[in-house]
Amino acid sequence: MRALAIALRALSREWRSGELGVLLLALAIAVSALTAVGFVVSRVSAAVDLQASEVLAADLRLESPSPLAEGYLAEAHRRGLATATSIGTLSVVFHGDASQLTAVRAVSDAYPLRGVVTTAASAFGTPTPAHGIPAPGEVWAESRLLATIDASVGDDVSIGAAQLRVSRALVSRPDQVSSFAELAPSLLMNTADLDATQLIQPGSRARYAQLYAGNRDDIAAFKSWLTAHKQRGERVLDISESSPQVKSAIDRAGRFLSLASLVAVLLCSIAVAMAARRYVQRHLDTVALMKTLGATRAFTLAVSLSQLALIALIAAGIGAAAGYVAQAWLVYALRGLLAVTVLPPPSLVPIALAIITAMAVLAGFALPPLLQLARVPAIRVLRRDVGPPPLGVWLAFWPAAVAIIGLVGWVVRDTWLMAGFVLGLAAFLVVLALGGLLLVRVTGAMRGRVGVAWRYGIANLARRRAESVVQVVAFGLGIMVLLLLALVRRDLLEDWRASLPAGVPNFFFINIPPDERDEFLAALKDAGGEATRALPMIRGRMTAIDGRALDALAYPREDGEGFANREQNLTWTMDLGADNRIVAGRWWRAEDVGRPLVSIATEYRDSVGIGLGDRLTFDVAGESFTVTVASIREVQWDSFQPNFFLVFPPGLLDATAGTWMTSAYFPPGAPRPMAQLVKRFPSVSVFDLDGILAQVRGVIDKAAVAVQSVFMFTLLAGLTVLLAAVQASRDERRFESAMLRTLGASRRTVRAGVLAEFLTLGALAGLLAAAGASLAGYLVAKHVLDVRYSFDALVWLWGLAAGAVLVAGGGWLATRAVVRQSPLLALRGGG
Amino acid sequence: MAIVGPSGAGKSTLLALLAGLDVPTTGRVLLADADLTALDEDGRARLRAERVGFVFQAFHLIPALTALENVMLPLELAGRRDARAEATQTLGRVGLGTRTGHYPRQLSGGEQQRVALARAFVTRPAVLFADEPTGNLDAATGTRVCDLLFEMNRDLQTTVVLVTHDHVLAGRCARALHMDAGRLV
Repeated sequence: MRALAIALRALSREWRSGELGVLLLALAIAVSALTAVGFVVSRVSAAVDLQASEVLAADLRLESPSPLAEGYLAEAHRRGLATATSIGTLSVVFHGDASQLTAVRAVSDAYPLRGVVTTAASAFGTPTPAHGIPAPGEVWAESRLLATIDASVGDDVSIGAAQLRVSRALVSRPDQVSSFAELAPSLLMNTADLDATQLIQPGSRARYAQLYAGNRDDIAAFKSWLTAHKQRGERVLDISESSPQVKSAIDRAGRFLSLASLVAVLLCSIAVAMAARRYVQRHLDTVALMKTLGATRAFTLAVSLSQLALIALIAAGIGAAAGYVAQAWLVYALRGLLAVTVLPPPSLVPIALAIITAMAVLAGFALPPLLQLARVPAIRVLRRDVGPPPLGVWLAFWPAAVAIIGLVGWVVRDTWLMAGFVLGLAAFLVVLALGGLLLVRVTGAMRGRVGVAWRYGIANLARRRAESVVQVVAFGLGIMVLLLLALVRRDLLEDWRASLPAGVPNFFFINIPPDERDEFLAALKDAGGEATRALPMIRGRMTAIDGRALDALAYPREDGEGFANREQNLTWTMDLGADNRIVAGRWWRAEDVGRPLVSIATEYRDSVGIGLGDRLTFDVAGESFTVTVASIREVQWDSFQPNFFLVFPPGLLDATAGTWMTSAYFPPGAPRPMAQLVKRFPSVSVFDLDGILAQVRGVIDKAAVAVQSVFMFTLLAGLTVLLAAVQASRDERRFESAMLRTLGASRRTVRAGVLAEFLTLGALAGLLAAAGASLAGYLVAKHVLDVRYSFDALVWLWGLAAGAVLVAGGGWLATRAVVRQSPLLALRGGG
Repeated sequence: MAIVGPSGAGKSTLLALLAGLDVPTTGRVLLADADLTALDEDGRARLRAERVGFVFQAFHLIPALTALENVMLPLELAGRRDARAEATQTLGRVGLGTRTGHYPRQLSGGEQQRVALARAFVTRPAVLFADEPTGNLDAATGTRVCDLLFEMNRDLQTTVVLVTHDHVLAGRCARALHMDAGRLV
């Protein structure tokens, strides 16, 4: 208690010495970086939990890509369950000439069985719970859709062959959360109108669902019945199966953002260590004196520890409050990416995270020097040269390593990922530090050629080399990530789009009925489109490889099982196409027509482990047949022409009902007669590649803003490192500045020297950042996007400017008081 | 008692040994019936808290604490409940009753040394060790501080052991020990 009282009393005075302020700032930033992400994740998770029972809009749901038998509904009615149906498909919705690819969902009367649909009287209006579903002839369209096609509530829109009136703006429906990042806006219509639209033809891509609700036992019994009676390709979903997927997606995203924020925590830890070192330096005399006056080692330690604990608590409070503000911004930045529009308030768990973070950083980085402080001998009051025994390597590094590894481990909860992150980051920091060291050395060597102010500034950098390198790395890292994200977002995506050869198809058409194929292709040509090849498309399932069931197989790659089990798109053709190359076996000859053979893409060889001569068994529309792998093709997917993993020779599947697909190129600027085409061929689905690209870019933009926001914390952390370094050198700077002025330097010269020092430091950090961002950008361009990297001089300019402005500004503010001081006071040692 | 001698004679080392700030490599040091050489660091600290006071050449006040808080510190370390009242009274005795709320940097050298004297005497120690108590003060201030030192020595019956270069100061002591090259001569 006595220690606490003394600690409290001294705290307010200590405050003015500065390093406690740096300590507090560094801790608060570390805490706010982690809690901001923690709050967002807690809000999104809570939203998913809340909606768990509504995700399905039912208690139990049966889904299939093919129409579902009425018999299931009859059985459900017999058991006293409530039922509803829902059919979803993608189609282009028109208003005048404006169009938008839309997720159209036709629902029956009782929909939704669980949860509520909310609508508004006008686009982006106030949501209210809806009663029932759209009346026949009416639709509810999402505000986003209305805005894109320039329509309002009350207007008529074209969906396939039908004209329907928008009677409300759709705000949310219960079963939309299942797609975390749904690209297309949605539209709700009455099943009664579905036939009039002619959207659904045999073989059309659609998702059929039957919804069931009732009491728990009845649902459980019906679920067993359904599982036993369902057909292949039909999936039974209940609450327990639907939400973990979403949760794990959110969990992964949250962990990624947390890792990004850990970089800021790490930098703040460096600032904490620097501030703690100075705290110890300044308290050596006080502790020696207290010991002389009779204080025990434990007592002096208790005083320092209580001060630190108090600071940790205050920092946790401030940091958590700042994190709360920051999460609001993050949620705003991510709007639209989250299917949920209204998020519940965040939980309080991140506050525990805040306190633990602050304590862990302090324990790892400030405790070792403090333990040292308590060991300073009392004799120091008489002999100033006596200090504490040197800090052992064990004590200097292990607590820090344990704190960081502990925090990383706690955030990622995965040993391998943790090891990878820690080692990767360590290696990365070493490389950065070496780069920084090199730059500082080169600069130091240049100082003979500059004026007195610059020489003084650069000499300072070289003399405090370790601190200089730490600062260059801290700022370089923050600026680098921001530059890289800007580069990927803007330049690289543009480059990728630009790298596609001219005339690459920009429209895809699927669901073309066989009897309308020739007519459609002719219409496409008339409209000015250059159609590529048209291929038939049917769907089927792979059931066995070499006679062995799929679930009995081991797959060479993780995605292999998904490839094998999913619904397969199958085609047949005699033409290989310029974008396909045979890498093993041989392509079809005339004698292969009608023979049980198949050609697979290299992806199936690599992921599923299928090879030449393997026998694959398929089930198409209830009929089973087995084919032999005759060739393996390498497919150039970015030709944007219709391509398939599995290609059969003609004559084998021709009798099966399927649809056709094709792609076409419409020159930019030319009129795009999609409205007429879709009106004439209502069942054909149109995909606008430019539109999809724009949507992808929108998603990337939002994600990038979120990640950039998190990395702003890194930059703030860099500033605290700068502050800590300036603090640590304050006494030295004060004395030097006084000496220089005593020797006749004007205040202006001293100021110019300080400015030169920080400008150089900032420029070095910017240089390092630009180099790092360019290298990372090159790697992303080459290995991820597969485009040629074009050198961007602006990155270097931005890097240099950002570094110089940030560091010079921060350093300038931090050293202002030192430069202003009168030389006499400083030399006398007064403050 | 005064310990005098030239620089480097070992005066301060002797003082450090007597006060238990340091331990001898051989031999024993007895202070107020306790064997300092048999105690550990914390044991010697506790002994100092109860029986010993200090005055230094450089004052050694804690800059973060006010004059009053500096004087309260040894009382608090010894676990005394009446620290505030006792410290206020002692500060009054050294003539600083009106400056209790000032921080060391707001006080002159003479005032700082008087706070240090108050801090040394406030626990009514059996022995007070003073290391060049007037070394950092001008002659007039030094004399006033010395007067105060001897006055308190008389009133509180505290043994004062002071190390000094100042022969006038040494002359005012009951006994003077001369040191040279680590030996009493």
